[in-house]
Amino acid sequence: MSAKNDSVLRTFTVAFLICLVCAVVVATAAVMLRPVQEVNKLLDKQVNILMAAGLYSEGMDVQKAFESIERRFVDLRSGEYVEMPESYEQRRAAKDPATSVRLDSKVDIASIRNQAKVAEVYLAKDESGELSKIILPIHGYGLWSTLYGFLALEPDVNTIAGLGFYEHAETPGLGGEVDNPKWKGIWPGKKLFNEQDELAISVIKGTVDSSAADAQHKVDGLAGATLTTNGLNNLVRFWMGENGFGPYLDELKANTAAEQYPADESVAAPADGEEVSNG
Amino acid sequence: MAEKMKTKELLFGPIFDNNPIALQIIGICSALAVTSNLNTTVTMCIALTLVCAFSNFFVSTIRNQIPSSIRIIVQMTIIASLVIVVDQFLRAYAYSISKQMSVFVGLIITNCIVMGRAEAFAMKSAPIPSFLDGVGNGLGYSFILLVLGFARELIGAGSLFGVPILAKVTDGGWYIPNGMMLLPPSAFFLIGLIIWGIRAVKKGQVEKDTFDMAPNTRTSEAF
Repeated sequence: MSAKNDSVLRTFTVAFLICLVCAVVVATAAVMLRPVQEVNKLLDKQVNILMAAGLYSEGMDVQKAFESIERRFVDLRSGEYVEMPESYEQRRAAKDPATSVRLDSKVDIASIRNQAKVAEVYLAKDESGELSKIILPIHGYGLWSTLYGFLALEPDVNTIAGLGFYEHAETPGLGGEVDNPKWKGIWPGKKLFNEQDELAISVIKGTVDSSAADAQHKVDGLAGATLTTNGLNNLVRFWMGENGFGPYLDELKANTAAEQYPADESVAAPADGEEVSNG
Repeated sequence: MAEKMKTKELLFGPIFDNNPIALQIIGICSALAVTSNLNTTVTMCIALTLVCAFSNFFVSTIRNQIPSSIRIIVQMTIIASLVIVVDQFLRAYAYSISKQMSVFVGLIITNCIVMGRAEAFAMKSAPIPSFLDGVGNGLGYSFILLVLGFARELIGAGSLFGVPILAKVTDGGWYIPNGMMLLPPSAFFLIGLIIWGIRAVKKGQVEKDTFDMAPNTRTSEAF
């Protein structure tokens, strides 16, 4: 730190060299590690999807399990499959005005504001190639944060196979109990729609009376976390309703009703799904 | 012999005698943020120790070339580059942990311990002692963080490293977790207790009053 170091030329030279060396180091690290990071990111997402669908077990080969899971893209308005580039990401698309729609505050019960026009859905097949799980991405606002997760449905497009959130910042021990396996264990077997094909699923405050007639449509709330519970109720009802995956679920029901469940009246009825915005 | 003593002091002095958190009370922010479970705690400790050691080393290596007018920004550039490299490595090899730690890896850049050691020690010392000083301060920071992480995860979630130790009521056991321990303020209480503990043993760390209260003064005397 002698005086000779303090000339203007010297200052600029040192600053320039430092920047050059640091830039090279940072750029090298970023570029060299990019492929590993991409793999890990994908793996992380795949694990979350498998967990929601109840297909995950510790130490399993995720990539192998994912060979039987197909990613499709769905236009949320029409409910039909569309082709999208492999690099499409729903969460990124939701931020871009060109690929998203601004929701009216009346229908936006899950407070997500901007919704991507095209959603990613995952279709799990069993060994014989039959559809075994439909895994849908869902998100919405809880108390402090937006919860991101997946909801898995059985092929009858009515029974829930599982639910899991992979990103949230709710209060640990209260709203954070959305991660509790015991609470998540309540979801499988619950039904989305009632006999009249209306959306009936709801997360209630307190504990569900298992003898009640509509117990199969109701899920226990989280103790001490009323606002997170309300948020969960809203986000599940939003995404399963007409502004979420409603049209797509109708589309699926129409298909499976024709193919697999010709006798089942409750799913054969064509869809109207008008009930959502009341939530 | 003297050299050996010095090394030992540089490495282990900051753990009890001159702990950056407990005595200097710096680096508190990340100590609150990442200690709710031991996985993130250990990762943070390793990351900070590496950054602190290497930033000290590099700053010290070029200390005679740095113009004093831009020395802070030069230190920052070196620290920031190291932090980005560490962050990239975490994303590549410990993705889920790096996701949990989110911005706090990036915030090592502004950690007072790293900056403080670069400015206070590395600018005046040779590279090897600087490196050891960085490691030592990293260890001092890690010591407090590990104690915090251990206590918070055990009491708050009944587990260590995510492995259940105490059977929670919600899982059919007997232990009612204290959720407050998972919230940042609990780290404050624990740090307070640790400081109390250390100062009870090492009386030399108790600070003198910075000034004596004067007895009542008359206004005329004050001027």
